[in-house]
Amino acid sequence: MAEEYRGIMAYSEDKDTLFELLSKGRELADQLQTEVSAVLLGEKVEAEAGELASYGADKVYVVESPQLKGLLAEACAEALQAVISQAKPEVLLVGATKRGKELAPRVAEKLGTGCVAECVALEVDAGSREFKMKRVVFGGKVSSTHTIAGKPAIATIPPRIFEKKKADGRTAETVKVEAEISPPKAEVVEVKPKETAGIRIEEAPIVICGGRGLKQQEDFKMLQELAEVLGGQVGCTRPIAADRGWFPEWVGLSGKKIQPSLYIAVGVSGAIQHVAGIRSSKIVVSVNKDADAPIFADSDYGIVEDLYKVVPALTEALRKILKK
Amino acid sequence: MEIVVCAKYALDVAEIKIDPSGKPLLDGVPRRVSDIDKNAMEAAVNIKEKQGGTIKVVCFGPASAKEGLKELLAMGADEAYLVEDPSGGMLDTAATVEALAAAIQKLGSFDLILCGEATTDGYTGQVGPRLAGKLGIPQITYARNLNVEGNSVTAERDLEDAYETVKAPPPVLVSVTREINVPRIPSLMAILKASKKPMTVWKLEDLGLSKEKLEQVSTLRTVDLQGFAVERKRVIIKDKPVEEAVQELISYLMKEKALGV
Ligand SMILES: Cc1cc2nc3c(=O)[nH]c(=O)nc-3n(C[C@H](O)[C@H](O)[C@H](O)COP(=O)(O)OP(=O)(O)OC[C@H]3O[C@@H](n4cnc5c(N)ncnc54)[C@H](O)[C@@H]3O)c2cc1C
Ligand SMILES: Nc1ncnc2c1ncn2[C@@H]1O[C@H](COP(=O)(O)O)[C@@H](O)[C@H]1O
Repeated sequence: MAEEYRGIMAYSEDKDTLFELLSKGRELADQLQTEVSAVLLGEKVEAEAGELASYGADKVYVVESPQLKGLLAEACAEALQAVISQAKPEVLLVGATKRGKELAPRVAEKLGTGCVAECVALEVDAGSREFKMKRVVFGGKVSSTHTIAGKPAIATIPPRIFEKKKADGRTAETVKVEAEISPPKAEVVEVKPKETAGIRIEEAPIVICGGRGLKQQEDFKMLQELAEVLGGQVGCTRPIAADRGWFPEWVGLSGKKIQPSLYIAVGVSGAIQHVAGIRSSKIVVSVNKDADAPIFADSDYGIVEDLYKVVPALTEALRKILKK
Repeated sequence: MEIVVCAKYALDVAEIKIDPSGKPLLDGVPRRVSDIDKNAMEAAVNIKEKQGGTIKVVCFGPASAKEGLKELLAMGADEAYLVEDPSGGMLDTAATVEALAAAIQKLGSFDLILCGEATTDGYTGQVGPRLAGKLGIPQITYARNLNVEGNSVTAERDLEDAYETVKAPPPVLVSVTREINVPRIPSLMAILKASKKPMTVWKLEDLGLSKEKLEQVSTLRTVDLQGFAVERKRVIIKDKPVEEAVQELISYLMKEKALGV
């Protein structure tokens, strides 16, 4: 039975992430000598199919239905299931946006297969066609590697894990899938965009991260100035974003994973869930007035001092040296 | 409202040590109720306080999970159910869901299932959506607030670039974020009272399941576990005038060529 499953399939409602998954999928498919397909779900999405070929898709499965309005998990799961039973891919890669993270396990459950959540590395053995999927567990302390006995093997993959690679001159076949999708019981009643959404902190070479040591939103201006002098971006810990709403997104296990060459933590205690997002930083610097703060154990350099004294002094000194 | 809260008795990740060869030492690591599952319980209690109803908490885990369930009873659950996991935690989320779904079906009708957005140890965020899929009910994930009115459940979801409000009729599964509330710390009185609340322990066989059945649905294999070595330099500057400390830091960073000069 299992031998019937062939090919790499990718889905994400986020276009850039889909391009990244297709690029990685292309590489895997060439190794396995099989094909790559992309899935588009929505009310009217067929027009988007063309672009996907240049990132490696051989086929684009399109499900269009009024039930897919708002991309509710219930409806998307049914649509994706229909595509999978028709196409029978051996692996399904889903972008680990929050929508993807809630969709993939629902689909996996329906198909009776396994899913590796937030996979950060993926390789395949060309002989056994077994996928090895790596993720981070135990609050970011441990990396675990998994295989999946069910078909298809499913993984969700966070944005910016794989590089997108464009190749011109490729074409893809569009396959429209007629799926019976039941009207979702849930309904989207309001969408409020977050204000400063869209900043790509994952790509910043230098990141200054503020934590609860900053007393008010205005104080982030101080970090902004430091970031400007250094040519970096400002980020924050989860409570700053999710409790106080001062930023749309945060850095860490449940937020963005970043890999700057220099990361500066200001008034951040260094909870393991935060540190999980900064492990790939080349150099970690921290400023905290508490000498026992755990962040110092995860830092290359640290200053034990009041941030309200250090940050302005550091900005001034750097401004002179960097002549900005 | 008939509310079911799913709570995991998770490994206390702060207590996990890595041995010199990079292997995590998992034997004997203490457990605690997964952080966000307390937020789920608090959300359930808030609804019950307004609307009335019952709260049942269900856990698939080791016998020691009774300790955690007592805490959740003290927070305000009416009844606790433990499905004993004979595998020592070696099964995947599909197996967990198989056990939880069987327990929930045995409990009878429900309006609302509450989960955490993810557990502190495994952190997959899969159990909620899988359970909703298995039971064929709608799901509202990443809820940062939750409202029950008449015959509808409304929650605001915290997505990357937007807040999205979703409404669904019961039965529905909602997974909550840690920002939804601040879980109460039970009073001594509540703890004493909780010791008289019913706690039921089920074996898989009591639910028509078996270890073999769960192993069969559990298709995820763990082939390697490797701890991250902390390899930071840990140079800490302290007890120095601010200007001096800052100059010292800058000279280190210049040596590292971290400032582009
Ligand atoms: C499942 C789960 C997932 C999570 N995911 C994330 C995540 O992705 N990202 C994340 O960040 N968190 C995450 N958290 C939360 C995390 O556990 C911590 O609660 C959070 O990171 C703490 O944020 P903080 O460092 O800003 O605040 P605090 O822990 O309150 O630390 C503030 C620090 O500022 C210092 N300070 C105060 N005043 C000053 C001053 N004047 N000068 C210098 N220092 C000062 C204090 O000494 C303290 O160390 C998660 C938690 C859970 C349970
Ligand atoms: N063993 C378990 N017993 C009861 N509930 C669980 C269990 N594992 C996970 N859950 C629920 O599912 C949520 C997500 O868990 P996870 O998929 O492990 O990240 C948790 O916050 C709990 O509400």
